[in-house]
Amino acid sequence: MDLSFTETQGMLRETLARFLADTYDFESRKKMLTRPEGRDPGIWKAIATELGLTCAPFAEEHGGMGGGAIENMIMMEEFGKVIAIEPWLQTVVIGGGALKHAGGALAEATIPAIISGDCVIAFAYAEPQGRYNLADIGTTAKADGAGYVLNGHKGVVYAAPWATHLLVTARTGGGRRDRAGVELFLIEANRPGITRRDYPTVDGFMASEVYFENVAIPGEALLTGGIDLIERVVDEATVAVCAEASGIARTMVNSTVEYTKQRKQFGQPIGKFQVLQHRMSDMFVEAEQVSSMALMGTLKLDEAPEARKAAVSMAKAKVGKSLKFVGQNAIQTHGGIGITMELAIGHYFKRGTMIEGQFGSIDHHLDRFEALTYPA
Amino acid sequence: MHIDFSPEDLAFRDEVRTFIAENYPAELRGKQDEGDELSKEDFLSWHRILHKKGWVAPAWPVEYGGTGWTPTQRFIFSEETARADCIRLMPFGLSMVGPVIYTFGTPEQKAKFLPRILSGEDWWCQGYSEPGAGSDLASLRTKAERDGDHYVVNGQKTWTTMAQHADWGFFLVRTNPDVKQQEGISFLLIDMKTPGIEVRPIITLGGEHEVNEVFLDNVRVPIENRVYEEDKGWTCAKFLLAHERTGIAGVAGSKRGIEKIKEIATTEMDGERALLSNPFFRRKVAELEMDLTALEYTELRTLAGEAAGKGPGPESSVLKIKGSEIQQRITELALEAAGHYGAPYFRGFGEGDNEHPIGPDWAHRTAPSYFNVRKTTIYGGSNEVQRGIIAKMVLGL
Repeated sequence: MDLSFTETQGMLRETLARFLADTYDFESRKKMLTRPEGRDPGIWKAIATELGLTCAPFAEEHGGMGGGAIENMIMMEEFGKVIAIEPWLQTVVIGGGALKHAGGALAEATIPAIISGDCVIAFAYAEPQGRYNLADIGTTAKADGAGYVLNGHKGVVYAAPWATHLLVTARTGGGRRDRAGVELFLIEANRPGITRRDYPTVDGFMASEVYFENVAIPGEALLTGGIDLIERVVDEATVAVCAEASGIARTMVNSTVEYTKQRKQFGQPIGKFQVLQHRMSDMFVEAEQVSSMALMGTLKLDEAPEARKAAVSMAKAKVGKSLKFVGQNAIQTHGGIGITMELAIGHYFKRGTMIEGQFGSIDHHLDRFEALTYPA
Repeated sequence: MHIDFSPEDLAFRDEVRTFIAENYPAELRGKQDEGDELSKEDFLSWHRILHKKGWVAPAWPVEYGGTGWTPTQRFIFSEETARADCIRLMPFGLSMVGPVIYTFGTPEQKAKFLPRILSGEDWWCQGYSEPGAGSDLASLRTKAERDGDHYVVNGQKTWTTMAQHADWGFFLVRTNPDVKQQEGISFLLIDMKTPGIEVRPIITLGGEHEVNEVFLDNVRVPIENRVYEEDKGWTCAKFLLAHERTGIAGVAGSKRGIEKIKEIATTEMDGERALLSNPFFRRKVAELEMDLTALEYTELRTLAGEAAGKGPGPESSVLKIKGSEIQQRITELALEAAGHYGAPYFRGFGEGDNEHPIGPDWAHRTAPSYFNVRKTTIYGGSNEVQRGIIAKMVLGL
């Protein structure tokens, strides 16, 4: 056993952290959000080309550095510390992950474009009726000659307005909630028949409702692996947001401690009050649990599917609970100023709150963990 | 002792129910259903209807325009208005400064201000908190100095709710810096149109403009607008805070909130079953309902005590603590019910595109409400301050 990071991994973290410290201070982030496209695309391009970080989690044969989930964890944690709105999760973790696992010509062609920053991917998997069931899919992919025709509606597709490609789950056969017949496709975002309704999200991203109306796609767009592949990719995404949560929780604890040293009431810094000291100690304890579970989940991603799912659900349920505790208490300890747009803390709280529900709520993951671990 | 309503109470309940059904403004109802932001006029429309009926200030003594209802009738009235989803009347005049004026004010002040509070002619705001004086309210620094028959007020207030609409504000100001903090504070009524007052918006996490900063620069206030004695304003402030805390339990509103969650979770699906049939979700709603019932009976006991001549005392801190926590948990469950559709930020998209809806309409405000309602454990004396009050005043620690 060795839980230490390699020298290269340490350098990756430092490179990204230094870049984000320069580009992602709170004021700059605020300005990005007000741009018409809701972000500064130059930052993503710089992460890919100037810093060369997008190659970290890919194999050498695809032009990568040979890394994987641990590199994604490091990156996501740093993004969390500045509540970055970069599409790393969607493009590198999810899109890149699906391509890596499926392999083939599409992976050969697309991974280099991800690494160069030219390909940005959005993951169109959720449907209005489906909640967190990945197989509850009404979107259809009907075989048509050598290709398929897509029809359906995907909801709350994060990063879709920025994407060059969409990674879409659709049904080639079977009934609405059947696991069999669900497939994954990677297609260009501008294919005829695709329409979007774009909007900002409460946590600073852009997302869309995406509609497919008789969208013709080639047979090569299929990434083989079905629901098993989709579950694997979503598990990887889930621990990636746990890592992001680790950066967020840590920052919320630090900011709260700093604030209570400055803020004076009743003639002393409020951090001197024992009741607040104990609360912040508890917040610290919970933030540590978030980091631990992000690490645990990351290290279990290559286990057999059942063990992997159980570990990921354990991680996400615990992270959700701890993150809620840290976030709510960070706001409470800041008082009124914590509920305004003026301080960064509220924006961390907003992203943290969305992570609680992303890829499954606390209840969803408790449920999945119990079902896998405690036989009926 | 019993908890049943008498035939008279039941008749009264039907009367209230019918009145609301026949008189609640349709336009306002429509805006609420659509989730539109409410304007000053919207708030005032229902206020005026209740005023015309004589029901706008049930808690006031009859001589000043109250209804003379029994505590049970008042309870029924607040239940019924919440049940019918009527908007909450702005509390700053009716529940805050009104009672201070009829309790501590001069006959002239009563004659001048009370009728205009009842009619809704004056919109009031509360100038209490300052950037450096939040939980520690008594450390406030906005000062008022005598200049002939006026005070000259200088300083800054914050978290001033709806000050952008206000005609008048009630302010706590320091009139004597040389005595113990609580002993040098006065309670002033200030016309918000007086030169030297500037109101600046504070935007909160859900994007709302609800609160403001208020800057006071050499604002001249006639001495006759001071309520109660000079330097004795803390007495009014404490009185008002105790009153604010009883209303803060928000039992009727939370009842309606839980009902809404149940309605939503009955139609919202979780796979093949309704969300409310999900045992995890259902358990949380059930627990919330139990906690609310405990709070409701705590409030009923407090009201009974009041009817027996006991003013709202430090026990009202119990209502504040439990009430605020329940309000927060309701928004938490609503957000959970929204699933993926908690994320879209409704201020960023035009509504009414029925061809491409962004999830269910009710979901659009779940996240902003969850963020916004974090305030309930902070305002009106933070829950930490309430626990301090219980420790000191009730437990004698």
